[in-house]
This record gives sequence, structure tokens and C-alpha cells, in this order.
Amino acid sequence: ARDMYDTLYVEYGDPMSTLLRTHTSPVQIRVMEEEEPPIYSIMPGRVFRSDTADATHMPVFHQIEALVVDRDITFGDLAGTIEVFTSAYFGKDFESRLRPSYFPFTEPSAEFDIRHPGGKWLELGGCGMVHPEVLKAGGLDPEEWQGFAFGFGLDRLALMRHEIDDLRELFRNDYRFLAQF
Amino acid sequence: MKVLLSWLKEFAPIDGEPDLIGEQLSELGLAVENMVRTGEHLEGVVVAKILDLRPHPDADRIQIVEVDSGDGQPLQICCGAFNMSPGDFVPLATIGTIMPNGMEISRRKLRGEWSNGMLCSGAEIDLGDDHDGILILGSESEQGTPLADSLGIESDVLYDLEVNPNRPDAMAVAGVARDLAAYQKIPFKIPVPKVSEKGKDVSEILKAEIISPDLCGRFAVRVIDGISIQDSPQWLKNRITALGMRPVNNVVDVSNYVMLELGQPSHTFDLGCVTGSEFKVRWAADGEEIVTLDGVARSLTEQDGVVADGSDLPIGIAGVMGGVSTEISESTSTVALEMAWWNPAVIAKTSRWLGLRSEASARFERGTDPEIIDMAMQRFCELLGPEAFLSPGIIDTKGHLPAGDKIKVRVSRVNGILGTDLDQKDILQILDPIGFKGESVDHDIDVKVPSFRPDTSSEIDVIEEIARIYGYERIVKTVPKSKTFGSLTLKQSDCRLIRTTMVGLGLDEAMPIPFLAPGELENAGLESDGIKVANPLVAEESIMRSSLRPGLLKTLTYNESHRLTGLRLFELGHVYRQPDKFQALPDEREQLVSILAGSEAGEIVKIWSALADALGFDDYELITDSPPGFHATRTSRIEVQGVTVGFLGEIDPSVLSLFEVNERVACLEVDIDDLLSIPHGHRSYAPFSRYPSSDIDLAFEVDEGVSSNEVKKCLQEQAGPLLVDIRLFDIFRGEPVAEGRRSLAFKLRLQADDRTLTNVEVAKVHRECIESVEKKFSAKLRS
Repeated sequence: ARDMYDTLYVEYGDPMSTLLRTHTSPVQIRVMEEEEPPIYSIMPGRVFRSDTADATHMPVFHQIEALVVDRDITFGDLAGTIEVFTSAYFGKDFESRLRPSYFPFTEPSAEFDIRHPGGKWLELGGCGMVHPEVLKAGGLDPEEWQGFAFGFGLDRLALMRHEIDDLRELFRNDYRFLAQF
Repeated sequence: MKVLLSWLKEFAPIDGEPDLIGEQLSELGLAVENMVRTGEHLEGVVVAKILDLRPHPDADRIQIVEVDSGDGQPLQICCGAFNMSPGDFVPLATIGTIMPNGMEISRRKLRGEWSNGMLCSGAEIDLGDDHDGILILGSESEQGTPLADSLGIESDVLYDLEVNPNRPDAMAVAGVARDLAAYQKIPFKIPVPKVSEKGKDVSEILKAEIISPDLCGRFAVRVIDGISIQDSPQWLKNRITALGMRPVNNVVDVSNYVMLELGQPSHTFDLGCVTGSEFKVRWAADGEEIVTLDGVARSLTEQDGVVADGSDLPIGIAGVMGGVSTEISESTSTVALEMAWWNPAVIAKTSRWLGLRSEASARFERGTDPEIIDMAMQRFCELLGPEAFLSPGIIDTKGHLPAGDKIKVRVSRVNGILGTDLDQKDILQILDPIGFKGESVDHDIDVKVPSFRPDTSSEIDVIEEIARIYGYERIVKTVPKSKTFGSLTLKQSDCRLIRTTMVGLGLDEAMPIPFLAPGELENAGLESDGIKVANPLVAEESIMRSSLRPGLLKTLTYNESHRLTGLRLFELGHVYRQPDKFQALPDEREQLVSILAGSEAGEIVKIWSALADALGFDDYELITDSPPGFHATRTSRIEVQGVTVGFLGEIDPSVLSLFEVNERVACLEVDIDDLLSIPHGHRSYAPFSRYPSSDIDLAFEVDEGVSSNEVKKCLQEQAGPLLVDIRLFDIFRGEPVAEGRRSLAFKLRLQADDRTLTNVEVAKVHRECIESVEKKFSAKLRS
């Protein structure tokens, strides 16, 4: 999001030249530039947005991305990996599904939801096959290498799992909150 | 994008329960954000005729309304709106009605006057967004009629879909229907409009020319006659209202209807007002002015497009808004209908900088379908009713249109990316219903991209369409067959160990935000050179932290204000600093800070010892030193293998008072990057002696200025390899020790690896230790 609206810039170097990252996706490019495939990596990190703090938004929060680049990685592998993660993190009862969506750096793109049997589908994050142009930008030949990426918000996951109703609580450090976890 | 199920059904025999159809739309990538069943919620709402209005005796903002709800008897209603007049027909929610928001209407008193129902605004009954006044119904209404019948609202379903930027075709009801038809494997067809053509050929009526082909790819104009400007039929008003547009008059409403249905915006001109009956499509001149339909005079740039008339004066901003001089009015009899394909990037830019975004500009920005124009024009005329007719012919000028792509799609690539096992025939059958016509060529397929999918330009885009229509959920879930295994870096493992150790020591991990208010770094005793945020949301969050200390001190401030004291916290996080010499990005380092509220320095030393032990740092020294912000005397510098990695001790009391903390605070601050870059962790077994040891106790009286560390070092040097342990176990002041001096008592343990030490050997060490300390420090051995 290079939109002025969303991004926090710092006063460093030329004006508007240095910003606080708005998502962890740029790490994917760095990994592709610096590492030789096969790549199986996870990138958790802090991200920043010009968002007024409320129960579901904070100017600083956390995301995690996965990037896999190898020969013969398929969309089926993406769906399966997300399913394995969902079961491992939430429990064997949980299932996941992929729905078509759009992101500039993946194609096909999808959003993934999870659900407990009998419950509603809850949107968790975005994913897709790494776009051939992105592989090229990372110095890789898309005819030789293919891969997938997925990402989701960590704070939201923590809120969901522990039934915390206000995102700001994670950053307030009230002793009565800290002592519970 | 909102769509009505009944409208979708005009293009394909769509089947199924509304919920199921909603699921199917989500599976197609058109996520259903909201689904409303219309018509059903109007049960209990009837048409009422206003008989009389009078002020409420006891309230200024309510008036008393008498209505006839169908039985001829006056019914008293209290109402907070004042836009009605006697004789008007309005919606009345009768007693017992459940409103769309769940509220039940009951008989109640408002400030002492009875109200036997509720008069409704459009928004309250889900008929549009207007909530400013009571909805005034048409004059042909009849009191007592159920509102749904009166408005011709049938039971229907309204879906609010999330349409992604890569689906310009889905900004039209027909486009959504096409997708659903593909999913349900039913035929899709846009009905051919039935229109009549009469009179002179359009080429004898007007002219059009594209002067700037980069601006406009197609500019088409037709003439419609036989129109009188009036209200649209109710069914048409209902439909566009449901989709979020406000009815105006038949010409404007039909323009919006066609845009919503087929995705093609249009503009209508009163041809009588177009000088020379001529249209010129060109870039604006710098500073060229036009008064738009909203009455605002605007000044344009060379990057905006205009439609100009025969005297080359602008009569419309291309793709964004028409001019007021050629606006359709009551007196308009001949309408020039323009439909065009505008360069998406131009419309995006113009609409943004002018602040004029509309449903039309949104569609032009994404790229409309240039080939729908002919049919859309006919549909326009058809919707105006049987009296309207088209002049034969179309003035059709072309500029630069994007080339219709033919894309080669390799079957092997499709299966290789998706993990499927499709053959050519499968793929052709998948793509055909959504307009992608293909033909097999060797092992591949040549696909012609339909004109309504300008987003599709490469093989991978087509592969996404194949996956989408095949069904994401049908693709078998597998896992990569990699032989690699996951691991953490050394630093990541160490950081996890740090967190686990600190938590194990009974500390809580805190996570304050990394932004500080101006002055907070200085209050903590730190330099005021924090990196500034250029566009902070609030001033209190405008400085990036150069140390974790202020954030944690603020945490104590917050908790103390809630009477929570004695907190024992740590944070492992990033700090940001100006680098010494300019580099691409600021210095970003990881720091560990722990604070113990209500504790003394000794406590934090224990924390550090345990942490150092856990990480495998056995060789460190604590040297008296005090950086700004720390207590002047109760602080030490931590040196590991000679490298300074941080400080521990107590926070300077003046800092504590600036943070309004009323306890002592012990603090540890370590630069993690510095610490972890020192070799650590690996331990080799160091054998210890099986032979008995001998202990010597030595107490020395020394001057106050002599540090115990120095004496200890001297003893260590002197005693040599036989010394396996040395401890300072007592410090004594007072009689009989002289003033200005103190007694330091050490226990030395001597031991050899290979033998039991003899008394002689022990006595030698004993003597030599005493001699060297007495000599070096003018010390006196105490007996």
C-alpha cells in the first residue's frame, strides 16, 4: 500500500523516501533475492499503518507470511499446507477453504477461511501462487521455479483464540491482562 | 456491487435457494458481504393518507399526524419528521410490525400523546438510503394497500458483492449472471432489445470526431426521439434504488439502469443545446473551464479529457461528469446518447484529482467493454418505453483500443500450476461459458480473451480463470514433497530462549507500542535524537523509540495510576536510531530491557545472572558505571569477554519522578545484537578435582577507595592455578576498623587436580597472598 493515506513515513533522507512497512510481503522479495531456491520460509513481523486505534485496528500490529518456492509446487500444495496449519493450530476438527480473490502479487489468488463444525466461516488471510512477474523480480525463472505464499494477521488470531474483545488490550500492558497469559 | 436475484434471472435460468446461490457467488470469487431478502420485511407496512398535521403540545421536535390507514377512520401517529403535507401518501408501519432492524412497533405514548404506529423513511424500510424525512409515495397510491403491493415490490433477494479490481465485468448484473450460469452449467444470454427506428439517419443529424485517440478508444452517438421527461416506472425506480442509485427522471434513471445491467455508462445531451450538433473528443487545454451538472465551475488540465461542441467549447468532462449547458431538462425533446470507451488511466487520474468519483467513473477506471455499446444503446431506448425510438444509424468513431489478446495456454502448465489433471477438452469446456473461446493447437490452447475482461493479459491470468470455474475446492489438497526441514536461526533460537528464561524467572512480557511522544526520550534521560514520524496520527505517537526504557516506564506509569505496583516486566524488541554515517535505512537493533518495580539493584543482578547462565555466557564482569537515566551509583556496566553489552542497576530517581513512578525500579538493558554476536552457548565439560580442597579465610582492612574487585583480582593472580574458588563473604565497618577504612573478608578454596595439597603448600599460598595484598593496597590483615 504505497497510498499516502495508509502509510507512515519517517523523516529520514529525502522527504517521503523512507517508510514503515505496511505489510510483511516485501520480505518475500528480499528472501528470493538473497536465497537460492528451494525456499521454505516463514516471515513473522511487525507492520505499521496509519490507522486510528480502536477495538479492531492499531497503527502497529503483526503479520506472518509463508513463502515456498521450489520445482513443482502447486495450488493443491497451497490448499493442503493451509489445511495442515489450520488443523495443527486450531484443532483437528477445524477445516479450511479457499475462495477466489485478487492480490497484485499472486495468481491465482485466494482468501482462506476456517470453520469449526457447525460454525460460520471466518476469514483468516490471503494467499495464492506467486505471480510469475514477482518471481522474475526476485531473480528467478518462473519456468523453472514456482511457489505459493500466504499471510495473515497474528493479533487477530490471538484475539480469536483467546476471545479477547479489544485489540488495544494487547498493547496496553495492564497488569491484569498480562497476568492472565 | 449489489445485484438482485430477479434481475440476474433475466439472463439465465438460475436455480436454488438464496443461501446456496450466495455460497456459489462466493466460490466464484464474488464474496457476498450481505444478503437481504426484500419484500418480506415489508409485512405490516401499509400505505396511509395524511389527513391532518398539528404540533405536539409538549414537544417541539415531534408533530401529531392523523392518517387514514384504509378504514376511513383517523389514526393518531406521533412523528419526528416535518416534510409531509395533508393529502400525501406515506408508509405506515402498523402495530406488531417487525422493522428490518428488529424493532417491534407497539402502541406507545410520546411525551403524553399516543402513537399508534410509525411513519417510515425510505432507509427504515430498506428502500434506499434516504433517512431524512418520511418517504412520500406516488399520488396514485391508495390508503390501506400493503406497501409491497403498492410499490410492486416482489419477494426478491439483494446480494451485496465484493468485486475485486480484476473483475470489471462483475460491475454489471449481466456479468455476475454470466459467472453464475457458468457455475450452474446453464445457458446465459443477454436478450436482444426490441426497438423501433424512424426518421432521418443519424449522420444527417449530428457529427462526432475523436481528436485525441489516446484519450478515447470508441466514441459512439445515437439519437433518441419521442421522449418526454417524466418519472420512471415504479419497477425501474425500485431496481436502481435497491442497487444504491437515486431516481431522478426517466432519462437519467435509464442511463443508470443500463450501466448497472450491462456495465456501460452513458451520457445524454439535449441535442438542441449542442452547438453545431457536433461532438469533438480531445484533451482539455490547460486551464480550460466548464460548469458541470452539479453547478460547480471547474478548471481542467491537459491531462483531462473533454467532449466539446461545434464551437470547440467543452460540454462534458470525459468519463466523469457532463456539463450543465447541455443538460437534459423538461423541455428536451431530442436526446443525443453517448456511449464511449475511455482510457482507464485517464479517468482514474481525472476523477481523483477533481474529487469526482461516481459509479460511471469507477467502471471506466477498470475498463469497460467496448463491444457492448451497440446493444447497450438499443437497451437504453427499449427501457424508455414504446413511444421512444432511435434514429437509424450510429455515429461511431474509434481511437486507440487495447488489442484483443490471444493467449497461448499450455495444458501442461495449467496442470503444473494447479495440481490438476485436465485435458484440452476439459479446459475448453471450462472456459467457454465465461466467454473465453479457445481452440486446440498441438498440446496447447489458443484462447481469445473476451472484450469484457481487460484484466486478463497473460497465460497465468487464464489459468486463474480455469481454476476459478473448475472450483478451487475441487483441487485436491496435497503437501509439498520437499526433503528439506525447517529450523530457526541461532539468533531466533536464542531470542526464544531469552523469552522463556525471563518468563521462567517470573517476569511478564510487555509490548508497548514503539512510538513515543516528544520529550519522553529526554525524560528517560536519553538523547532527544529519536527518528520522527513524518505523518503521525497523533503527536503522542510521533517519535520512534531509540530504547525500550521509556515505553516500559510508561507502562509502570499506567499501571501505578490503576494502583497496580510491583510489576516485573521485560520486553525484547526493536529500537531505531540515527546511524553514525548516512546509510539507506536507519539503524534498527534488538534490545532487551527488564524492569522490576519495587526492587533494588541486587534483584536485577540475579535476573541477569540467570539469563547469562541460560544463554551460556560464563565470562562477564559488572563494572561500576552509570549511563544517563540510570542511578548514579547503583548501576554497573555489563562487559562480556571485554565487550560492553549493556547496563544494569536502578533507574535514576529524577527519571522515576518524571514518569510519576513512586517505587524504586531496578533495570536491565542489553543490546541483543551485541550480546548474541559474542560466541556463547557451547560448553565443554571441565573436569574438577577428586582430591580434597583446603579453605583459607583472609580478612583485610583497606581504605574505602580500594574496590573489592581489585583485591579479589590481586588474590586470584597471586594464588595462581591452585585457586578454584574465591568469594567475598563479608564487608565490615566500624570499631575496631579505623575510620575511612573497611574490612573485606574473602574465602579462598585451594585444590590440585592430581594430589592432596600438603600443609606446606597451603601455608605458602596463604603467606604470599597476605604479602601481596598488604603491599599493594596498604592493607592490614585482620586476625
